[in-house]
Amino acid sequence: MLRRTLLLGLCRGPLGRGLGTHRGGSILDRDGKMSEIKKKIQSILPGGDWNPLYDTSYLPPESSDVVIVGGGVLGLSVAYWLKKLEKPRGAIRVLVVERDHTYSRASTVLSVGGIRQQFSVPENVQLSLFSIDFLRNINEYLAVADDPPLDIQFNPSGYLLLASEKGAAIMENNVKVQRQEGAKVCLMSPEQLRNKFPWINTEGVALASYGMEHEGWFDPWCLLQGLRRKVQSMGVLFCRGEVTRFVSSSNLMKTASGEEVNVKRIHEVHVKIDQSLEYQPVECAIVINAAGAWSGQVAELAGIGKGPPGTLQGTKLPVELRKRYVYLWHCPQGPGLETPFVIDPSGTYFRREGLGHNYLGGCSPTEEEEPDPGNLEVDHDFFQDRVWPPLAQRVPAFETLKVRSAWAGYYDYNTFDQNGVVGPHPLVINMYFATGFSGHGLQQAPAVGRAVAEMVLEGHFQTINLSSFLFSRFYSGEKVQEHNII
Amino acid sequence: MAAPKASLHLVAPVWNGGTRGIGGLSRVVAPEGNQKKGRSLLQFLADCFYDVEALRDHLLRKQVSKVHQKNRFQGREWIRPNQRGHFSLDFLKLQAVPVEAVDASGCAINYQGLDSLLALKELQSLWLQRCPHVDDWCLSRLHPLASSLQELSLAGCPRVSERGLACLHHLWNLRRLDISDLPAVSSPGLTRILVEEMLPSCEVLGADWAQGLKLGPEEQPRDTAGPTPA
Repeated sequence: MLRRTLLLGLCRGPLGRGLGTHRGGSILDRDGKMSEIKKKIQSILPGGDWNPLYDTSYLPPESSDVVIVGGGVLGLSVAYWLKKLEKPRGAIRVLVVERDHTYSRASTVLSVGGIRQQFSVPENVQLSLFSIDFLRNINEYLAVADDPPLDIQFNPSGYLLLASEKGAAIMENNVKVQRQEGAKVCLMSPEQLRNKFPWINTEGVALASYGMEHEGWFDPWCLLQGLRRKVQSMGVLFCRGEVTRFVSSSNLMKTASGEEVNVKRIHEVHVKIDQSLEYQPVECAIVINAAGAWSGQVAELAGIGKGPPGTLQGTKLPVELRKRYVYLWHCPQGPGLETPFVIDPSGTYFRREGLGHNYLGGCSPTEEEEPDPGNLEVDHDFFQDRVWPPLAQRVPAFETLKVRSAWAGYYDYNTFDQNGVVGPHPLVINMYFATGFSGHGLQQAPAVGRAVAEMVLEGHFQTINLSSFLFSRFYSGEKVQEHNII
Repeated sequence: MAAPKASLHLVAPVWNGGTRGIGGLSRVVAPEGNQKKGRSLLQFLADCFYDVEALRDHLLRKQVSKVHQKNRFQGREWIRPNQRGHFSLDFLKLQAVPVEAVDASGCAINYQGLDSLLALKELQSLWLQRCPHVDDWCLSRLHPLASSLQELSLAGCPRVSERGLACLHHLWNLRRLDISDLPAVSSPGLTRILVEEMLPSCEVLGADWAQGLKLGPEEQPRDTAGPTPA
């Protein structure tokens, strides 16, 4: 009613949309005055966030149904699927808390961007298959009216995994599992490998598995921005701040077997604003831990792991920061356009980058040589000592190459079994995890987001059953070990 | 009809203050289309009413599904044998004839539509000129035709880029490849050279090697009567 009176009073005819209006605002206020007045009135009315003394628009709302800690690809994917699968439209208020809006240390954007189905755990293959489907139809999923379509620059060149004599049997088993789930992988002998890729030195290679379809690499930044744009248009709220505290209450309850457990429920999340001591307590019903490499710290804030070791209360979330280096080099005689994402038995990997004979690659260090994750400085000696020799041995053309640049990023490394943690915590019952993917989080993000959203909204997994990825496996000791980790 | 947005705002205020703080990313992404004049009535209504916005999304999705529909044979699935293994009578005459060439130029064939083509094990020649929905994903699907396919034409496909061309190396029997006039390929001359290196026994038609090269100050543009650059 108020709006109609304002409209009648200030009718100016249909003109271009005013700047500064929020999405879907009236086009009748060319200079934004109308929407300012409207916003002021709405914030004064009950339910608004107006503080008459000073501007509080940078603070998160005082309450939110779901708070997602971490605004990387996993956090945004969970936000997207929560909004997409919620039953009445606009039923759930979702808040994404991200402390670094430039994503300067986020694993998502520092990633090499590969996606493959060549895993040994069937759930991982299913997650990747759905994610590649999502990426192929990204413009149907993430379409926003009036915005240009996304181009994630997908290179469908496939992954080529090489195995030595020892690993050949494991590779054959893996390929069998992958084919059962629907991945298109073919096995190649060294002879076939030489025919197809003459630049490979097949010494020491007994078997190779090559992904024919649905594998390759893409631009993770574009996916992140696409998700961000879409979730903003769906009404997800963003806040630039850091979660410093959880306020929870606990109840002593008896399990079915008569054992007494301390069940916790998080009631408030304290979000500290960047470069300030100010914080806002946000009342919430559900907290999603998608903080990537820092998920372990966020879990500790919620009291996960504080208890006698060996009990469920004392089981920490085993996700740690691990630093990984990526090097970009130029080799004019190197392999051509057909180069897939090659993974050597030694753990060294590389892929083509662009058309100019540039290549990206690296290697996972062993446990003893793990670099200090305190900063993101690059160790160039690591390339000389650990990456270059196996590369040059596998691809003789790489004996002459020149490193153009390098960067470092974090893995949200799950020290238990290097696979993701998904689903609620058994004791802190309203904290859900979507983290710990140890280097393959980006490629499984769309599917994991959907799984977590199903868990939150329905209470169980509906499409892909990820019960083996629940937190309780850390207590019961059932490892979901993956044999193919870069 | 549709409830006006204003009343929805009063019930559940949409809090937009935070988007301003995060670098106004929504502004950065929003194109000039927002401010262009002559917006249609539907767009105007979509701004005012949530229901019309949903209707507009639905119409956009219908357009996409129309392409999916076109990839079914005459509104039905492709003619396949039924449970007892019998084809319908019309195809009895043509059953044993292998399909050697398919001309799908200008067709609205897309990723799902290629299902039907990939079953043709003796296909030698495939023409996909000017197909608006053939993109890199479709090219990655062509590998089952590797043993028979000898000629492939992708001229004028607006969505094919050099990333999709990279997966044509599966087609080791390919003898003629036409990649002319691909607007999404960033450097056509370089791409052609790389594709030729990738498929040594294939004749690649298409971009001129010099296309996309910038002429230096000492090189003048040649006359048409002059010799063409090697």
